[in-house]
Amino acid sequence: MTDFSYTILIPLIPIFFFLIIGLTGHKMKPIISGLIGTTGLSIAAILSYFTAYQYFFNTEKIDGAYQKILAFNTVWINFTDKLHVDMGVLLDPISVMMLIVVTTISLMVHIYSLGYMKGEKGFARFYAFLSLFSFSMLGLVLATNIFQMYIFWELVGVSSFLLIGFYYEKPSAVSASKKAFIVTRFADLGFLIGILILSFNTGTFDFISLTDIHGTAIASGSGIAFMGLSTMTWSLIFVFIGGAGKSAMFPLHIWLPDAMEGPTPVSALIHAATMVVAGVYLVARLFPVYAISAPDGLTVVAYVGSFSSLFAAVIACTQYDIKRVLAFSTMSQIGYMMVGVGVSRYGGHEGLGFMASMFHLFTHAMFKALLFLGAGAIIHAVHSNVMTDMGGLRKYLPITHITFLIACLTIAGVPFLSAFFSKDEILTAAFHHNKLIFFVQLFVAGLTAFYMFRLYFRIFWNRDTHYHHTPHEAPLTMSIPLMFLAVASIFAGYIPFSKLVTSDGLPLEAHIEWIVAIPSIIVGLLGISIAFVMYKKETTIPQKIGSSFKLLYVGAFNKFYFDEIYLFVTKKIIFNYISRPVAWFDRHVVDATMDGIAWITNAVSFRIKGLQSGQVQQYAFVFVSSAILLGILFIYLFSI
Amino acid sequence: MHTVIPIEYFLVTATLMFFAGVYGFITRKNLITILMSVELMLNAVNIIFIAFNRYLYPGQLEGHFFALFVIAVAAAEAAVAIAIIINIYRNFQSIDVEETDKMKY
Repeated sequence: MTDFSYTILIPLIPIFFFLIIGLTGHKMKPIISGLIGTTGLSIAAILSYFTAYQYFFNTEKIDGAYQKILAFNTVWINFTDKLHVDMGVLLDPISVMMLIVVTTISLMVHIYSLGYMKGEKGFARFYAFLSLFSFSMLGLVLATNIFQMYIFWELVGVSSFLLIGFYYEKPSAVSASKKAFIVTRFADLGFLIGILILSFNTGTFDFISLTDIHGTAIASGSGIAFMGLSTMTWSLIFVFIGGAGKSAMFPLHIWLPDAMEGPTPVSALIHAATMVVAGVYLVARLFPVYAISAPDGLTVVAYVGSFSSLFAAVIACTQYDIKRVLAFSTMSQIGYMMVGVGVSRYGGHEGLGFMASMFHLFTHAMFKALLFLGAGAIIHAVHSNVMTDMGGLRKYLPITHITFLIACLTIAGVPFLSAFFSKDEILTAAFHHNKLIFFVQLFVAGLTAFYMFRLYFRIFWNRDTHYHHTPHEAPLTMSIPLMFLAVASIFAGYIPFSKLVTSDGLPLEAHIEWIVAIPSIIVGLLGISIAFVMYKKETTIPQKIGSSFKLLYVGAFNKFYFDEIYLFVTKKIIFNYISRPVAWFDRHVVDATMDGIAWITNAVSFRIKGLQSGQVQQYAFVFVSSAILLGILFIYLFSI
Repeated sequence: MHTVIPIEYFLVTATLMFFAGVYGFITRKNLITILMSVELMLNAVNIIFIAFNRYLYPGQLEGHFFALFVIAVAAAEAAVAIAIIINIYRNFQSIDVEETDKMKY
């Protein structure tokens, strides 16, 4: 058995560098703190690659299946023999894959930020937070038990909050960070309830015993309990609410577009590649439990994912802020991943969706990080993130143009780029499981191609905008990550995922099913060509279409008024009918009781303070007369 | 046979002295007379000590000792009290007890 205990270093290195940069960052030159953070992350990345190599190629498998390995474990809080919270490192195909994703993207973002954040106030703070985030995310993916995962889940939430609010002098950034924190925190309440029900039912937090398909945990709580679903299903639906909040699934998606207020590298790292896929990872982590004892839970996951992906794709077609387009695109792609796990079942070919979902998670991390970093380079050059301020940029930004084009082609599902394979697998899995979801996803694939190329043509072609400063190509620190990720986006599809990451650890025979692949290629190309016609040159077609579908267009442009609905619900209903009465009760009953006690004490003491007059003779008189009275009283009592 | 003065004589005298002292303590405004009233009360108590000693336990001397102690302590107390009175006079330009009410609420 290979010894994996060194993997504990992978999360510990970033937290170590977080402390160093966080405590001493203000004393060093900014660039030094950046370099320190980058060095730390590269060590973690090298260790992760080594771990992946060891795990996938140098560890003996049992019956050909990859095993879950408990690389490190320590009891953190010991309540009773049964109830204890552990901290540790769990290695299995998905966690090792996530290690690669997180450290790779994080390293790229670290390098990229050296150029992008140059000269910003709070450069060291930025790197400290990036390290904190990397630590939290690595702790999350390596969690051995659901409670550890919950702790790190909150930690990534905090780091995300800190980084969205990085420009804390901007009111919009502050409110965006609060919004993100509150919405995800609200969803995490569901997660916590789910954890409590789940562990109460099964008697364990531990992932290994929870997901052991022959174990007792998985079989418990299968009886029908409430509204026709079993306890297990309910607990897993609650857990999924937490995942949906973090992954910006409908209807908890409202924080993601606003989260784009953060610096662009942060959007690439947290709100595109790593943290927002935590929800998918959570479902994947508990996948055997979902698939075996709560298939209804998976149906919920699939429908929520499918609806979210359609919803987000429609909105993405109408937005003008390029980062918001990408944010909705992220939401849509995560919807795809949710569909992937949702239509999957445990083991064998039934588990195709699971594999596809993980595959898509991997490829999506690469191309979406590339898109965000590319968008960052464009914003860096143009100093605006509204696409109407752009156009004809291909002449000024050749490297960004090429890499952005590669990413757009990838996400559109053009054959033989990475997302073609992963998206195709998801569509295949959906095709065999649920035709309705399949057609929705196929339509979304077309929309994806359309809005991505709308973005591409609006930025790089269309009209020649006159710029105040001639846009200049990004510095080397920014273009190297772009090129690396472009290469990854092209070739990540050739990693034999079906052999490595599957629902049961056994290799899976996956091949392209042309009956699914050909329609998806056709819709993809169709989307690209429509975008080509509409946006390659400046035309009036967009306005015409917009006015002929006015209702849909205005609705989508305003994100279907979900922010307004939430504001209405919170401000008008919750504030008026719950918060105000509660505040009234607090002020007029709880506080009034306390105030009353204080007031009475005060009034009484004011009345009787005259007794303490400072006149010694009064005291003596009272003393003597009382003594005489007492004497008479005692004589009277004892003489009876 | 020679007659003995009955103890009641002593007790009545001492009680009158004591309450005279109490009355003086409560009604007089001058700190010196208040001090004198205190001395009067102490002396009344001394008489009672000695009288009871003589009449109840003629062979013993505890009552006398107590009286002597009280006289000694009273002397010390008078010295301290007069020192305090002098300081009060310096602060208030008066030794009227009603004006020294700084210790009220």
